[in-house]
Amino acid sequence: MSEGTGLEATRPPAAPAAGGRRRRRRVSNLFAPKEPIPRAASVTLGLSGFGIVIALWAILSYGGIMSSFFLPSPSTVARSLYTLFRDYGFASDVWASTRRIMLGFLLSAVIAIPLGIAIGSFRVFQAFFEPVIAAVRYMPASAFIPLLIIWFGIYENEKLAVIFIGVFFPLTLLIADVSANVPRELVQIAYTLGASRWQVFWRVLLPASWPGVVDNLRIGVGWAWTYLIVAELVAADQGIGHMILSASRFLQTDQIMAGIITIGALGLITDGIFRWLYRVLFPYAERVGR
Amino acid sequence: MSGIDVHGVSMVFETKRGSVTAIEEVSLSIPDAHFACIVGASGCGKSTLLNIMAGLIQPTSGTVLIGGEEVDGPSEDRGMVFQRYTLYPWLRVQENIEFGPKLKGVPKAERREISDRLLREMSLEGFAHAYPKELSGGMQQRVAIARALANDPKVLLMDEPFGALDALTRSSAQRFLTEVWEQHRRTIAFVTHDIDEAIFLGDTIFVMSPHPGRLREIVKVDLPRPRSLDDVGTPAFGALKQGILKLILG
Repeated sequence: MSEGTGLEATRPPAAPAAGGRRRRRRVSNLFAPKEPIPRAASVTLGLSGFGIVIALWAILSYGGIMSSFFLPSPSTVARSLYTLFRDYGFASDVWASTRRIMLGFLLSAVIAIPLGIAIGSFRVFQAFFEPVIAAVRYMPASAFIPLLIIWFGIYENEKLAVIFIGVFFPLTLLIADVSANVPRELVQIAYTLGASRWQVFWRVLLPASWPGVVDNLRIGVGWAWTYLIVAELVAADQGIGHMILSASRFLQTDQIMAGIITIGALGLITDGIFRWLYRVLFPYAERVGR
Repeated sequence: MSGIDVHGVSMVFETKRGSVTAIEEVSLSIPDAHFACIVGASGCGKSTLLNIMAGLIQPTSGTVLIGGEEVDGPSEDRGMVFQRYTLYPWLRVQENIEFGPKLKGVPKAERREISDRLLREMSLEGFAHAYPKELSGGMQQRVAIARALANDPKVLLMDEPFGALDALTRSSAQRFLTEVWEQHRRTIAFVTHDIDEAIFLGDTIFVMSPHPGRLREIVKVDLPRPRSLDDVGTPAFGALKQGILKLILG
């Protein structure tokens, strides 16, 4: 409930004559905790973060500080990424992994969302489900892989099972938390406006939970990538992890790095999709524009 | 039309450290169409008392009657306004106001009529389609009041509704509320810790004392209505304030 003009009013007016001091003040403004910074500054900072990593990489590899076997140069990796796609059918690996993510994640989300909201909204569900889920959450999904291979083999079902175990349990708890944290006043107000319990659930708890749900889906899809690649590294006939594993057998560090960078790029894209979805679905949310 | 009658209400909360008496044997009566303020230091149980009137909390003992009927749960007869977190962020201003009527299944045209009228009364015409986050704190509370009034409740229960507003906005919100009240003449129970606010708004002030929350004194405010900012500086106002301060500070 802050007045829109409150912040500007407290900022001291810049003295037009003292250019140096003004610049210094502008720089120090960037370090005000939790205050927004100009868009240009945020884009520049984001790009220079990437730039520094690549520059460091370039210095270490082109400068001959690390051998090209241990750390292939950016251009070698770029070239091998290109040949991977052109000659080695890497696109089908990428698609195989992406499809597994989509299916496995969808499966997890479809069950985690209603269950999580039920746990967060109704104490009965919480009392029944939460202890079990909390316990399973601490069992690493990667530890299940040997068992899942015995149960499902090394193909698609096993991959989906690994993703499901890795994503479903923590995601359910996060979503339960979202629903549980819906401000009490929103519910109480609904009762004083004549809502039944059912209406409170459908008209208040559900809509109040959606933004947090989508936010947590975005986080959950990151876990899906981690667990899928682990599963593919253990056993697979195709997929990005499979490519990385075969590259490692032939000591092709450039291809390994190309694979890792591909995963990073896909992760950024999925993240972007979820952020976009959040903005489109929840124009009313306070945090738009993150 | 309906007044509020509180009979021997006590509220004991069970905590890990034993039971805490939030309210002890409070009885009070607010006549119909009366503006009553409940003041007291924090911990005096004034918000708890309001929640009991709303039916959101069941008292350990005692009863609350509204318009002669016993309260045994929240209902649309008792509109409530909280200090914050009140508007539904996913609904536009007009939809927030229509929330109550829509729950009851009031037809759309009729709902529009109600919300249009309230938007006009609250000087919010230009903001019907805005989301709550686009409004200032003072405007948000006007929407919250409009939403409570849309149900045409018998009484309005307000829990420090202006507590989160800055001093200037708060003062205009208070004047605004008196206008609304003079128009709608609803029984209002208004909880605040701001004595000036209580005197400016109320016909009667119930002063509570803490640990456990008890009704300390009933102060009649006989300043003429409609009241204006000029009343705040008068000796009569100052005398009332002095008296209430002494009661609260012991």
